[in-house]
Amino acid sequence: MTVTPRAATGGGALLAANAIHKRFNALVVLDHVDFSVRAEEAVGIVGPNGAGKTTLLSVLIGAHPPTAGTVTFRGVDVTGLPASERCRLGIARTHQIPKPFGGMTVFENTFVAAANGGQFRRDEAYDRSIDSVSLCGMMPVANRRAETLGLLDRKRLELARALATNPAVLLLDEIGGGLTDAEASELVESIKELRRRGIAIVWIEHVVHLLLQVAERLVCLDAGRIIADGEPKAVMADRAVIDAYLGGSFA
Amino acid sequence: MTVVSVENLDVRHGLLQAVRGVSFDLNKGEIVALVGANGAGKTTLLRAIAGAHLPAAGRISFGGADITRVPAHERSRQGIALVPEGRRLFARMTVEENLWLARAAGRPGAWTVDAILAAFPNLAPRRKALAGSLSGGEQQATAIGRALMTNPDLLLLDEVSLGLSPIAVERLYASLQSLMTSGATILLVEQDLQRVLHVAGRVMCMLEGRIVLDAPAADVTREQVTEAYFGLHKARQAEASA
Repeated sequence: MTVTPRAATGGGALLAANAIHKRFNALVVLDHVDFSVRAEEAVGIVGPNGAGKTTLLSVLIGAHPPTAGTVTFRGVDVTGLPASERCRLGIARTHQIPKPFGGMTVFENTFVAAANGGQFRRDEAYDRSIDSVSLCGMMPVANRRAETLGLLDRKRLELARALATNPAVLLLDEIGGGLTDAEASELVESIKELRRRGIAIVWIEHVVHLLLQVAERLVCLDAGRIIADGEPKAVMADRAVIDAYLGGSFA
Repeated sequence: MTVVSVENLDVRHGLLQAVRGVSFDLNKGEIVALVGANGAGKTTLLRAIAGAHLPAAGRISFGGADITRVPAHERSRQGIALVPEGRRLFARMTVEENLWLARAAGRPGAWTVDAILAAFPNLAPRRKALAGSLSGGEQQATAIGRALMTNPDLLLLDEVSLGLSPIAVERLYASLQSLMTSGATILLVEQDLQRVLHVAGRVMCMLEGRIVLDAPAADVTREQVTEAYFGLHKARQAEASA
């Protein structure tokens, strides 16, 4: 593991992408993007299909190396670290399509996360798992096998598992899609509770109205560049943002 | 005259319910734009009408007859054609062969190979080329041509401009213009709202599996579409109840 100390960038940034450039062959997906989240901050990322949102998340988490640029966590360059190492430092994620460990219960899923990603010892890992399962409202199904869960519970398990690793920042990838209104409200409540516990959130979401309930700052990506960054309602009212989604302006 | 009628349609992908209680009618000759964010259910709805994805509940009727459980190939015989997202051509067959294949639907009419090559002039010099060797714009024209070879009464177009250069999109829409004045009923999914509002008479917006806006294209404002597209009314409701 090679962690090169380096000066903190972005003024108090917890996790930062600095001048990230990402190409897939000839296709430029991220064009020198600067993005950061402060400790305890909740930032939403929006943008039309193909804007580069999931790629940015992948670069932050360590699933894809950037073509150029660096990722820093607490001011330390982590660009060369794999996702597993970043998770141990306190960067956790949820998947767009829930990926529970099949054949294991909800509790066992979170236990694996606490013991590996969180590096908790046995009793601590146990307590941590119970706490995560409980916080995500999953105690009634704690001993159910993960593959028997419905969609809402699978999404909650994604959250619980990420939470069990004791993250400083949690990256959420489209966790709000496909739920009923009541289910979506429950999920938003769980995410708000994570915030109250001081976990920073970076949330990519197409269901914009859910994002508006949690995010204190919104960033809009379009064609690999940040085209708006600021107070959520102002960003959603921004002409460039609406044009990015709906095509050129119309009368 | 109602061509297709969709009533309380639910369509699921396993655990995920993509279309929730959708109802609408399309009248003969109408051109309707279906818009909405990623994941709103647009493609699933088109596929359900084409018979590529069977619904969990609800009813689809076409020309007055219930077709909810009718298989896709039978629907194409009855006059429903889908141009799927991603084109889905037979890559190792020529342009002409892809077009002829659609004759299997057994619906001869005004649209012949020659008529299609005339409508999409960029295809004419490529008629003997393998579909896999075509540019994106040529592939899209072939996919639309293949659907037209069934002389459909209802044409479903799913993001036909996706992945094309701006010039190719211009060319494609110029060719579609003649088709759109020919009296066919068309339901088209498109990301570029400005573009579809030029060709469509009516716009429907989906949000999380439901149709939340259905209005004549001439009457909708940018604010109405933005509101429906992002579900901003829901954000306000949540704020009010918090």
